[in-house]
Amino acid sequence: MNTQTGSKPTVALFVTCLVDLFRPNVGFAAIELLERAGCDVSVPEAQTCCGQPAHNSGDAANAKAIARQVIDAFVGFDYVVAPSGSCAGMLCKHYPDLFADDPDMAVKAQDLARRTYELIAFLVDVRGMTQVDAAFDGTVTYHDSCAGLRELSVKKQPRALLSNVEGLNLTEMTGPEICCGFGGTFCIKYPDISNQMSSNKTEDITATGAGTILAGDLGCLLNIAGKLKREGSSVRARHVAEVLAGQCDAPAIGEEEA
Amino acid sequence: MESTSHRFPENARAALTNEALQSALGKLETGFVVNRATAAGRLPEFEALRDQARDIKNHTLAHLDYYLEAFEAKVIENGGHVHWASTAAEARQIILDICRTVDAKTVTKGKSMIAEEIALNDYLAENGVEPIETDLGEYIIQLRDEPPSHIIAPAVHVIKEQVAEAFHVAHTHLDPNRSLEEPRELLEEARAVLRQKFLDADVGITGANFLIAETGTSVIVTNEGNGDLTQILPKIHIALASLEKVTPTLEDTTSLLRVLARSATGQEFSSYTTFSTGPRRDDDVDGPSEYHVVLLDNGRSGMLGSEFQDMLRCIRCGACMNHCPVYGVVGGHAYGWVYPGPMGAVLTPTLIGVEEAGHLPNASTFCGRCESVCPVRIPLPNLMRQYRKREFERKLVPASTRAGLGLWAFFARRPALYRVATEIMGLMLRVMGGKRGRIGWLPAARGWTAHRDMPAPTGRTFQAQWAARRAVRPQSSKDASRRAKL
Repeated sequence: MNTQTGSKPTVALFVTCLVDLFRPNVGFAAIELLERAGCDVSVPEAQTCCGQPAHNSGDAANAKAIARQVIDAFVGFDYVVAPSGSCAGMLCKHYPDLFADDPDMAVKAQDLARRTYELIAFLVDVRGMTQVDAAFDGTVTYHDSCAGLRELSVKKQPRALLSNVEGLNLTEMTGPEICCGFGGTFCIKYPDISNQMSSNKTEDITATGAGTILAGDLGCLLNIAGKLKREGSSVRARHVAEVLAGQCDAPAIGEEEA
Repeated sequence: MESTSHRFPENARAALTNEALQSALGKLETGFVVNRATAAGRLPEFEALRDQARDIKNHTLAHLDYYLEAFEAKVIENGGHVHWASTAAEARQIILDICRTVDAKTVTKGKSMIAEEIALNDYLAENGVEPIETDLGEYIIQLRDEPPSHIIAPAVHVIKEQVAEAFHVAHTHLDPNRSLEEPRELLEEARAVLRQKFLDADVGITGANFLIAETGTSVIVTNEGNGDLTQILPKIHIALASLEKVTPTLEDTTSLLRVLARSATGQEFSSYTTFSTGPRRDDDVDGPSEYHVVLLDNGRSGMLGSEFQDMLRCIRCGACMNHCPVYGVVGGHAYGWVYPGPMGAVLTPTLIGVEEAGHLPNASTFCGRCESVCPVRIPLPNLMRQYRKREFERKLVPASTRAGLGLWAFFARRPALYRVATEIMGLMLRVMGGKRGRIGWLPAARGWTAHRDMPAPTGRTFQAQWAARRAVRPQSSKDASRRAKL
């Protein structure tokens, strides 16, 4: 199958289950950014979730079944891009492990892994994006989501693009690389520990004086926003793609409608 | 030591409300973490050294039998003794028997996690031999009658006011009105009390960071010099170590030493690195007249060739727990047995069973910070995941969790059905969120909403909106043509 249409690379968006359900505008912001970066974007219909809940719960059978489904759905595209380091990390690092004992599937998993990127890393590292046509009036702080940071080395790329957003001022937390306490099913299995970790994170965020917390993973953001709101904080939470795409019309995560 | 690992959630809850503990734990990030980063940053070859350290340990594990036998031969050649213990009980008995050969009344002890693992102190005391811990942290927790909460900083959970209290209770021969407010005063008092204990001891027991096959040498690293006094002054020195501590050569050992202290405390080298090779020779100025090495297996040989073999690379630096956000809020005692933090989450189920310690590999967000600092690159999150797999296969996972996961997977494996289900769920959550945009209480996610709000979906699912947009006009002509080709 020839997927290279003209000079534009074909990119399949891996929407992620959380963006699909909780914050669709992150998906549209991702498409906007990918199109600005000269990509021909598609959204394969046969996608649900990357399978991490099963994989991290030790349910190998369901994790593999979902991985097969994703591998099949994303065949033939030049790239697969997800607005989440966690889900992209699952495709890049864990799918090949899942099929380590199955040579045929392992080849397919490695092929997918080679083509898969976290959104912001893709824009900067693969598409060479340096400028964004966006404005944001205010001070923000950036949380490094664990999987993006440690599995995919997403650290400098979002900061590089944010530094080009007009009016935006970035101030760092003391521990931007410390886990926010979400951890997928962890926050349900060990709610008290998760809560303490989330409190430590919101304390760090609050201490920066920033009005907005940005991150590249909706899981972390739902946790952080939910905690900030419960604490009565006025700090708002958004996915970094919303700011970079200039799509901040929707209320921030967990905020009232205007 | 009796395990309370099965009560991890309760232990953790108690730890979270323990103010003294929380105050003590708050110092991890500003101490160990910053110091390690500084030390690693100062050494351009640090990452390459980590690779080398991993490779040395992997090579040794691949030839463990050979290096252990070589080590034994060298120790014997040097006039020492090697004792092989396959279980904790055997190791305890071997040590007690050695103590009895000199009718030992007291033994001094350098810091040893293996001694904790085999519950040596209780056993010696029950048999009329008084063990005296000489590492300051170990001494403090011995007085407080509690286990260590960290593998290199055993009293990291104790604040100085609590140390003063323990000293006032224990050191009754001293003026009850003396000042013990300053760390210096605490240190000097411990030093003075321990000095006589060193001189009186019949046997000195230490652990070993490394056992060098090439020379038959046991190596300890300390910052207080207590280990040296423990192993040099008494008549007998017993080095107690687990099998995987063996290293091929002196050269390999120095490579491992280069990553050990930097990873542990951020020091380039510990204050004391002591090499013990056999008993005192005729022309030596000091040293023990007998030198024994007790080699403990206790389940480790069963890890060879298994999915957990990588864990045997561990050099016990403690970096994984220093950097662990879970350890950082619950401390070491919550883990319920000897080894806490990420390394404990893998090692504990291996040594005492996943049935007892099944919580530990689950109590991780898989943030990966442990693996990112491990000097021998142990894939700790992945090893924890292996235990989760084992628990799932053996149906040790709660039925409610399995049911929830099964229901979710049923839909996740059926994209068309999933799209309908998420549309319905999204609508329900939106109704519940109302204008507020978030939900304060959700019975199906009690663990979440007990502590935080649940942001509500902002509209129909992405897939539904995307389908609606494309129905009006294809988002891109290329997309439409691509679909036609498919």
